[in-house]
Amino acid sequence: MGLFRRESWNVGLLVILALLLALTKAVQPNYGAAGFEGLAQAALPFAFAAAAQAIVVIAGGIDLSIASMMAVTSVTAAVLMEGATEGQAVWIALFVLGLGAAMGALNGFLIVITRVPDIVVTLAMLYVWEGVALMILNAPGGGASEWLKALPIGSVPLPFLPESVSSFIPKALLFLLVCIAVVWFPLKRSKLGLQIYAIGSSEQTAFRTGVPVRRSKVIAYSVAGLFAAMGGLVLTASTGIGAPIPGPYLLASVAAVVLGGVILGGGRGGLIGPIIAVFILRLVRTILTFLAVDPNVTTIVEGTIMVAVVMAGGVLALRGRRRKAA
Amino acid sequence: MTEAAADGGYGIRFKRLLSEYPVIPLILLLTALIVALEIIRPGIVNERWIANTIKFAIPLAMLASCQTLTMLTGGIDLSVGTIATISAFVMATQVTLSGSAAAIPIALAPAILLGLVNGFGVGVCRVHPLIMTLGTGLIGIGCLQVYQRFVIATGSEVPDYLAWLGTGRFWILPHSLLLFVPFAIGVIFMLRRTGFGRLLYALGENENATRLSGVRGWQVHLALYALSGLIAGITGLLYLGLIKAPSLSLVEPRLLPAVAAAVIGGTSIFGGRGTYSGTIIGALILTVLTTMLTVMQIPEGTRRLLFGVIILAVTAIYLRLTDES
Repeated sequence: MGLFRRESWNVGLLVILALLLALTKAVQPNYGAAGFEGLAQAALPFAFAAAAQAIVVIAGGIDLSIASMMAVTSVTAAVLMEGATEGQAVWIALFVLGLGAAMGALNGFLIVITRVPDIVVTLAMLYVWEGVALMILNAPGGGASEWLKALPIGSVPLPFLPESVSSFIPKALLFLLVCIAVVWFPLKRSKLGLQIYAIGSSEQTAFRTGVPVRRSKVIAYSVAGLFAAMGGLVLTASTGIGAPIPGPYLLASVAAVVLGGVILGGGRGGLIGPIIAVFILRLVRTILTFLAVDPNVTTIVEGTIMVAVVMAGGVLALRGRRRKAA
Repeated sequence: MTEAAADGGYGIRFKRLLSEYPVIPLILLLTALIVALEIIRPGIVNERWIANTIKFAIPLAMLASCQTLTMLTGGIDLSVGTIATISAFVMATQVTLSGSAAAIPIALAPAILLGLVNGFGVGVCRVHPLIMTLGTGLIGIGCLQVYQRFVIATGSEVPDYLAWLGTGRFWILPHSLLLFVPFAIGVIFMLRRTGFGRLLYALGENENATRLSGVRGWQVHLALYALSGLIAGITGLLYLGLIKAPSLSLVEPRLLPAVAAAVIGGTSIFGGRGTYSGTIIGALILTVLTTMLTVMQIPEGTRRLLFGVIILAVTAIYLRLTDES
């Protein structure tokens, strides 16, 4: 019961997701494994962007440069992989992941050193990374190795499950879960993860209880950079090339983080909520497309959902506080 | 030794001077940039160039005023790019539909409406301003795209008086100064001398204390964001006159430079500190900087990189210079 209450936001999101899936099935009766796979593939870069944003927000910051970092890592991968052998491509992918972590660390380092607010530093870095992406690749181009392209496509064949069930587990979803699990769960369990929550909750209190505030902050941004690099690799994988102009991932990441129950200001929330939120937002898009609604109306609906949810959340929080005070 | 002490004294006095008049280092930086530009490309600083710089800095400074006002309360308004675009686009299409006089109120109505929604979300529902304004921006751009499909056949037209206001100049004085000078005086007066202005600073300095001393914070927020929306709408009209080609992304690319102008101008993003005069200089600095990077024929990528580095460097140095502690 305690677990249920603690995870109530995520459970609520999962219920909404299930309802939306049912609705999709009702609207489009032949929506099945292929449709779900498409959903997972489309959600992949958004999910990594949301994960990156979530960890920074938990640490009490915000990163406006995530989409630009994704562009940098995507073009780097595309440029290096063009003409490289499949074996070399593995090393390139690892290099790109390291590059992402280094870029994130630089963001965090600049915030800590200059003492300029996070939002201003990452705003400036948004231009810097955009510039770097354009310097690496002036126009969309480059290539991607075959295994990378194949990574998010298809489903996972599991020997103990019949084909009809296993086809509902897209590789893209599994890939996402593995990446998040490998990075996030060890981190969350560790002392470092606790410190990241602590500096988000109250930087001063964390400092006074002996948390290395600056180091934890740099690491949080660095992990965000790592997730952004994964997002960049996924972009290269899905298009087969690299594009230097950042996609719409910044806005989407902030929306998913807020919907996912991570409080702006820090200290609360996790990575699971934002990722479910990404799927919800993508699924809403799918449903509206099936209903043959004008894609522009979809944007309005997305914005309205986001605003309505945060408004309701704000009012509920206010009521809770009043009840506690009374 | 006495010399060292005297130096220290001057240093402290210099620092105090800077924190009392934070515009001084900004004006020095602006002058230095203009001198550097003249050295790089001798003869560029002439009447036409000055007029052009002011002409492009004015709408940026107006858009940045929305950021300064909201940042004073510890907020931010990221919907102004969308709001300005909506006003400009609605204006251009409504001129042919309802005449150029009726088009102005029609174009400004959605701006105020979106501003009120922002104010309601921030003030009443206590939503973080960043999220609230991002969301309304998203809704606004969607509505605009739907609206565009209805008016696609009507075509668009830029009324003569907006073109005159946006592009005309008299010697080194662009006509848009006629709009901007009273506007800037109004904003500065409002911030320094009126109760509303003081409330903005007070809310940004300590929201709880302000509430406890009897201020209804939600009313201030509602008025503030509605005002911000209105200013953004008017700026949109000015951009329409300046660029003369209404599109769905007319003002959107100027949003982040507007935030940067306010930040460079010394407005604290945490609230309670900042002046509009600083923001105006910030907008001028950014405009000159953009010309400089263009004149030096630096490729696009390097230009953006330098732009980001310079914003960060200026903010960091400025923070050190005016830090009171």
